Amino acid sequence: MAKATNKTVKGIIEEYKAVVGDEVISHLQQLSKPLRGARVVHVNSTREGGGVAEILHKLIPLKQALGINATWEVITGESRFYQCTKGFHNALQGVPQSIPDGLLRAYEETNQRNAEDLRQKLVDADVVFIHDPQPAPLLAQMPERKGRWVWRCHIDASHPYRPVWKYLKQWVTPYDASIFSLPEFAQKLPHPQYIIAPSIDPLSDKNRDLPEREIQSVCQEFGLNPEVPIVLQVSRYDRFKDPLGVIEAYKLASKLTPLQLVLAGGGASDDPEGEAVLREVRQAANGDPNIHVLLLPADAHRTINALQRTADIVMQKSIKEGFGLTVSEGMWKGKPVIGGDTGGIRLQVINHYTGFLVHTPEGAALRIRYLLHRRDVLEEIGARARRFVKENYLITRHLREYLTLMNSLLSGSQERIEVGS
Amino acid sequence: MIAASNLASPTSPFALKDCALITLATGTKAQNLREFAEGLQNASLDSFIHHFWGRLLTPTFDEPEYNNDFASWAYHGLHDKPLAERLSMVIPTDYPDLEALRQEVVDVVEQRLDESELVPWAKADQQFYFLRSHIVIFDTGRRFTDPEELLPVFPTLSTGSIYYHFIDAQGRTENRCNDFTVWLSGLGECYRELGQKLCCVDPYFSSLKELRKIVTAIFRDCFDGEKR
Repeated sequence: MAKATNKTVKGIIEEYKAVVGDEVISHLQQLSKPLRGARVVHVNSTREGGGVAEILHKLIPLKQALGINATWEVITGESRFYQCTKGFHNALQGVPQSIPDGLLRAYEETNQRNAEDLRQKLVDADVVFIHDPQPAPLLAQMPERKGRWVWRCHIDASHPYRPVWKYLKQWVTPYDASIFSLPEFAQKLPHPQYIIAPSIDPLSDKNRDLPEREIQSVCQEFGLNPEVPIVLQVSRYDRFKDPLGVIEAYKLASKLTPLQLVLAGGGASDDPEGEAVLREVRQAANGDPNIHVLLLPADAHRTINALQRTADIVMQKSIKEGFGLTVSEGMWKGKPVIGGDTGGIRLQVINHYTGFLVHTPEGAALRIRYLLHRRDVLEEIGARARRFVKENYLITRHLREYLTLMNSLLSGSQERIEVGS
Repeated sequence: MIAASNLASPTSPFALKDCALITLATGTKAQNLREFAEGLQNASLDSFIHHFWGRLLTPTFDEPEYNNDFASWAYHGLHDKPLAERLSMVIPTDYPDLEALRQEVVDVVEQRLDESELVPWAKADQQFYFLRSHIVIFDTGRRFTDPEELLPVFPTLSTGSIYYHFIDAQGRTENRCNDFTVWLSGLGECYRELGQKLCCVDPYFSSLKELRKIVTAIFRDCFDGEKR
């Protein structure tokens, strides 16, 4: 990946400073000072698509802008490798998987081959971040490594399918540290396990400010009536996201309150279950002109941004959720969020302060009606929600924790780290 | 526990610091009160700092109805109000050290176990996770030689600064007080009362933002009162 030039470096820092303020940037600069020139390599298995790639696209230039010699490497593999790692992904999320020995061999051989390609860069690095299970065996191929190696697990591993976790554990155990998104996801491992929550990037297409005319044009495109309140849920068509429960909540709430519901999700062509859920959703919508079921392409970031900005209330009525970044995305746009009382949604939605946690469609309907009836409360909660995300779930906090971890590891896992003196 | 260089010196300008915490899992969790008691017995003392004090810097709007994570879990996880109330009244500053604090928490939990006919359980997704944290300390670059200079600064202090100078300072200062009192003590008799008032502030029952308000009011009273 090309290194950021001096001009872009300054620009990046200034852009973030305008959003988060001088103090936050000063903390990042103080933390990065002892790390200046350090060779830091991130390794994952895809350059585009998915949350990991999205975050690395931003984290790497930011680290470079702070004087760290950060690079990003991507391992490559054949279909059998990805078949195997897809199985790992499902298994870590608790779905029982039987992974044949042949696929496990493909996994190990792919890592051996990639290790040869990346050897020099990884052996000499001061810190190596390995993202998710795909490249996890690289460490075992580098007995001559000089730096500290960290395994970053982005997956909800709270209830992993044990036989698969037992296999993966052999590759993860020798790392110097690991990172999980929530305490619930951490496992018994013989090294420090840091808890670093995900984040959103305020300057990405999905979250940056949009011109009013662009928002209006998105409303027109999807036939949304600007005069009628809009409730929005952005998520895959997945049973765990409970889109049918959202429709039920809409039906209950709209009996007395004029309302539009927008369900916006990604394409489901490669996901047979997704297609089935989408069919059920359309069936439940039953041609109601105020229910808009949208199937958006994976890169429709600005469209999602515009929909979130036009909505009055954002919902994430999941039954099970890893973290749920769409919650922070909605809150960043000053919207109260009605979310399922589960997983990482509980960290973001603080009952009565940034939104409401609910357990049933009835609960969701009650909160929709309350918020639309009490516009003052809706505005107040929305403003608090934005402030809450600004203080806790932006990429700058995420980076601060990465830098703290690196300082801690390079200084021998100190419990107190003093910088900037 | 703390390097001498971190101590607030009463003879030099006051160095305003800021801080943040990074959380680490310990791998220990509890599903029921029995497991909780065992976890408390075996947890590192760092965990007690995290669950009693570190929570003040975690993302939450919760009013401290229950003043530590143990009490909160007793209420929200186990739905055991009497236990939540008792744990909430375990005041960390009442104990000479963290080991004594641990023993008190364990005693409260053991007593509740003795009283219970059935061991209280939490729902599967309401387990208690024992955590600990590392602290990173930032230098704001701001130095103060005259206490009155701090008056306009207090309302703008970050919660990290409040945590560092009031909460973290308890582990660094001789009388388990705060950095401002230590500094004021070196500036002569005229600041003794102000220092004592600050030392009497009980940080345990406040959020960091409330603590900032209280401290600001004490400073304002001191200097505005002088002018009157």
